[in-house]
Amino acid sequence: MDVLLAGEVQVGDELPPLVYDVTATTIVLGALAARDWRPMHHDHDFAVNRNGTKDIFLNTPNQAAWFERFVTDWTGPKGRLGRMTFRMKGSVFPGDTMTIAGTVTAVDTDDTGCTWATVLVRLTVAGDLKTDCTARVALPTDPTDNPWTRRADQWRP
Amino acid sequence: MTTARTGAQIDSQKGRSVHQNEEGALPEDVAALIGVVQYEEAGEFPVERGYIWTSASSVENGNPLFWDDDVAAELTDGPIAMPTMLSLWFRPHHWAPGRTKQALPLQIHFDLKARFDLPEAVMSDNTMIFHDPVRPGDRLRTRQILRSVSAPKTTKLGTGRFWVIDVEVLNQDDVLVGVESYTGFGYRRASGGEG
Repeated sequence: MDVLLAGEVQVGDELPPLVYDVTATTIVLGALAARDWRPMHHDHDFAVNRNGTKDIFLNTPNQAAWFERFVTDWTGPKGRLGRMTFRMKGSVFPGDTMTIAGTVTAVDTDDTGCTWATVLVRLTVAGDLKTDCTARVALPTDPTDNPWTRRADQWRP
Repeated sequence: MTTARTGAQIDSQKGRSVHQNEEGALPEDVAALIGVVQYEEAGEFPVERGYIWTSASSVENGNPLFWDDDVAAELTDGPIAMPTMLSLWFRPHHWAPGRTKQALPLQIHFDLKARFDLPEAVMSDNTMIFHDPVRPGDRLRTRQILRSVSAPKTTKLGTGRFWVIDVEVLNQDDVLVGVESYTGFGYRRASGGEG
């Protein structure tokens, strides 16, 4: 399996971008996978005529799942997310091509010896920022290290 | 479904008179709720792998932790859920027999809106913090904790207060598996309109 080690990461590194053509199926599948039954995520008529949006749109929990995938595509399975903070700016609709990009903004090691990368993730559509997310992910310090084994006070997300 | 509720409710009648007389200090009944566990609720069903696969599939997440039992056994001591699925386990069924009332996911938020008589509210920030992994078969429960309430503030939206609410998620062994922290701003529009 591909594993990113902490020593391979530096501030300013760019993560490989993820470009995805969003369809109505993307949005409905994401909402139902997240058990989000609200009609603005599956009912075009409700979204347009009741919510006043141009179409159904991607829900927040599914955006979180997209960001998780984006970060762990980069780290490999030993990368363990510690926290994510979201700031929603706009909606993602069917027909949009969303681009998820990320930049490493910090690399630090805490008192327990766990090394963390902080990544600023940006979801844009045609250059417009729709959501940004700051993600903190633990990385193995060497090939034998595994952040997933950390428990209790050895895990400080 | 098992539902348990603990902690104090905010007294909107008592609060209204306090609110009218104070400018910056936090009313005593609200201050008394800071750090208090409220609205403990159990999920309607145990964590199950079908949802894990559906969620991973919905974002085309090929992380072998969720698809390859050998990798999961090696790295995480068995299958786990995607960390970002944390809140999924508490979203109620679209329909359930005999259900007449559904708890609001962030009841403290609505309590504070009522307590301070603020008709509008937005969530300005949402942080998810991931602790021990969630595993198939886990029975999770949540509890809400008010962390802070600001003095009255005026923003371009209107005048109101910011508050921070943590939703903690624990498993059947009382181990913390995650926290969702929300910053809300309850406000009244400058024009006095309600929406």
